[in-house]
Amino acid sequence: MSATTGPAQATSAGRRAERLPTSAGWLIVASKELADHLLSVRFFVLLLVLGAAAVIPLYFAAERLRSLASDISGLQAVFLALFTVTPEGVPDFRVDVFVGIAAPLLGIGFAFDAVNGERSEGTLPRLLSQPIHRDDVVNGKFAAGLIVIALVLLAVMVGIAGFGLARLGIVPAASEVMRLVLWYLVTVLYVALWLAFGLLLSIVIRRGATAALAGFGVWLFVAIPYFGPRFISAILGIFLRPVSGEEVLGAQGLQEFVLRFLPSRLYAEASIVLLNPAVTTVSTPATLDQYLQLQQQIPTLVSLDQSLLLIWPHVVVLLALTVGCFALAYAQFMRQEVRA
Amino acid sequence: MSPIRRKGAERSRREPSAPSTPSAPRPPTAPSAPRPPTAPSAPRPPTSGEAHSTAPIRTLGLTKEYGDLVAVDSLDLEVHAGEIFGLLGQNGAGKTTTILMLLGLSEPSAGEARVVGLDPTRDPLGVKRRVGYLPDAVGFYGGLTGRENLRYTARLNGLRGADAEERIDAVLDQVRLTDRADDRVDTYSRGMKQRLGIADALVKEPEVLILDEPTTAIDPIGVVEILELLRGLVREQGLAILLSSHLLNQVQNVCDRVGIFAAGRLIGIGTVAQLAHRFGGQGTHVEIRLAGVPDGDEVEAVALALGRIEGVSAVHQPAAGHDAWTLDVRTRDDVAGVLAASLAIITRDGLRLTAIREIEPTLDDIYRRAVSQAGVDAAPRRAVA
Repeated sequence: MSATTGPAQATSAGRRAERLPTSAGWLIVASKELADHLLSVRFFVLLLVLGAAAVIPLYFAAERLRSLASDISGLQAVFLALFTVTPEGVPDFRVDVFVGIAAPLLGIGFAFDAVNGERSEGTLPRLLSQPIHRDDVVNGKFAAGLIVIALVLLAVMVGIAGFGLARLGIVPAASEVMRLVLWYLVTVLYVALWLAFGLLLSIVIRRGATAALAGFGVWLFVAIPYFGPRFISAILGIFLRPVSGEEVLGAQGLQEFVLRFLPSRLYAEASIVLLNPAVTTVSTPATLDQYLQLQQQIPTLVSLDQSLLLIWPHVVVLLALTVGCFALAYAQFMRQEVRA
Repeated sequence: MSPIRRKGAERSRREPSAPSTPSAPRPPTAPSAPRPPTAPSAPRPPTSGEAHSTAPIRTLGLTKEYGDLVAVDSLDLEVHAGEIFGLLGQNGAGKTTTILMLLGLSEPSAGEARVVGLDPTRDPLGVKRRVGYLPDAVGFYGGLTGRENLRYTARLNGLRGADAEERIDAVLDQVRLTDRADDRVDTYSRGMKQRLGIADALVKEPEVLILDEPTTAIDPIGVVEILELLRGLVREQGLAILLSSHLLNQVQNVCDRVGIFAAGRLIGIGTVAQLAHRFGGQGTHVEIRLAGVPDGDEVEAVALALGRIEGVSAVHQPAAGHDAWTLDVRTRDDVAGVLAASLAIITRDGLRLTAIREIEPTLDDIYRRAVSQAGVDAAPRRAVA
């Protein structure tokens, strides 16, 4: 038998050798996932959600901007005001806040069923029996998710900028473009954190629906300022009963410190500093003197490098959280049994 | 002398008492040997452990433990090129665990495996490049067509462009899915998905095919189709095929050799005929079909008469609505005499005979006996382990 099959096997082995080396496995996985994402209903739904989150505050911002146009025309950062101006009396009704709330949904939405979906469809053993490394699967899926998210965010941002250019006739200055690009990158990083978190959920939780619910719950608590942050502030408020001015500042500083454990807070601070050059500090002053100094400060616009200095720690922590989340997902996946 | 009992009860009672080793080698008497005529030449003797063996699949003392549970217990196995080897056992016997270790998807706790000459633990990619695998309950991306699913697999194996399309067309043709290839997999039947799974395993032009439960949950015609396809692959391309199944009778006709797997251990290995000989024990059965025996006294009389034949240990009456009587015969040497004596009784009583034959033990019978024998043998060893 072996005599008859020998030549056939030799030629097939030869053809196989020609095929090697193959392009990296993660690239093949990523390109397949990307195609899946772009054709999925999910992609359009999330694009709509994020688009709505950006357009609604933008509409009010534009109204306000027009009425303020005469006052602000002298300012440097008029274009960025599109992202940060709020309608009168509604402080958080800003484009960047809304994007900060909705963008994490992109991360969770594109990752919550990345691995458990393959598991429940029965495609995981088949995929892993192909000549690719096991981590190619996780890497490819993460890369594909990140690319889709970057695309969606870019579309939304360009849409807002285009609206500003066309409807309001505001042309951005070079520094404003730089700030917008940096804000875009920080936003992608923030969503990458949620993507890594979604991936972790999809690996640890075997059912897609459960993973989605868990992700949704965390999103509700962390990303929406009216839930988690309010709750934490309220709890802290019970224990902190400041009397003197210094104590008030101390209590505020403590609250800030605790809230910064939430990545949403880090993103929000980084976001406002990048988009609003008038913001010169992100921390509550520690002493009354500093507070008074701040009050007397003449409002100026800080340069981009000063703003970057202010939020550098935020970016580093967000990056570390993302890497940590991804590493945890990665390690879990490598350790898991193939079989369900 | 022979109490008349229901068939099932009698069998289960009798089995554990079967001798654990065949007393003497006997020439294969089976006239209707389960091995098909297309099977390659005589099975090679097991040569596990030989370093220079060229068998595409070899394991030596392969063991997998999950905590205290021994899923696979020092498995020695060889599968040769041009052979279909059936790994048979119940659910949870360790079949899938063994397969995952062969593919490098699970690490053995002890022992080693060589697949196409490579160590799956050290070089999983090398193994996966040359081994096609059909997982248990194989799944596909439902939103993609069959062809697109295969294209993804081809790309993962480094096949692109015209080469890939050509190969995909070839395997689709092999599993006869060409006309449905451009439909979404969502719309496929189970049997079609299984065939697509085989096509998927073949895309990479494997030297070894490992199929986990290829016939489960498929209708009988589909099973025959799949088994014929596998047989053709072995005949035409000289693949080595390892398939696992818990549906023993389905696969017994297609396997050149089988390994009986229970509680993680291989308790019997060889051709079905060899195993029948080894585990079949001394006893055998004769089936007699009689048309139109009325109920009541006459049935009792027939049963009594048949039971008195020399060599018959028990008589099983047909269940209501059936006409098949089964006689348990003590040894195979008695069969000729039993047949003759039965015919004499039937002729004397004027009964209408429609069929009379010796029943070969099925793989199911063999499996049950092998397990019960091994269970007796294994008890002390498992306690030590």
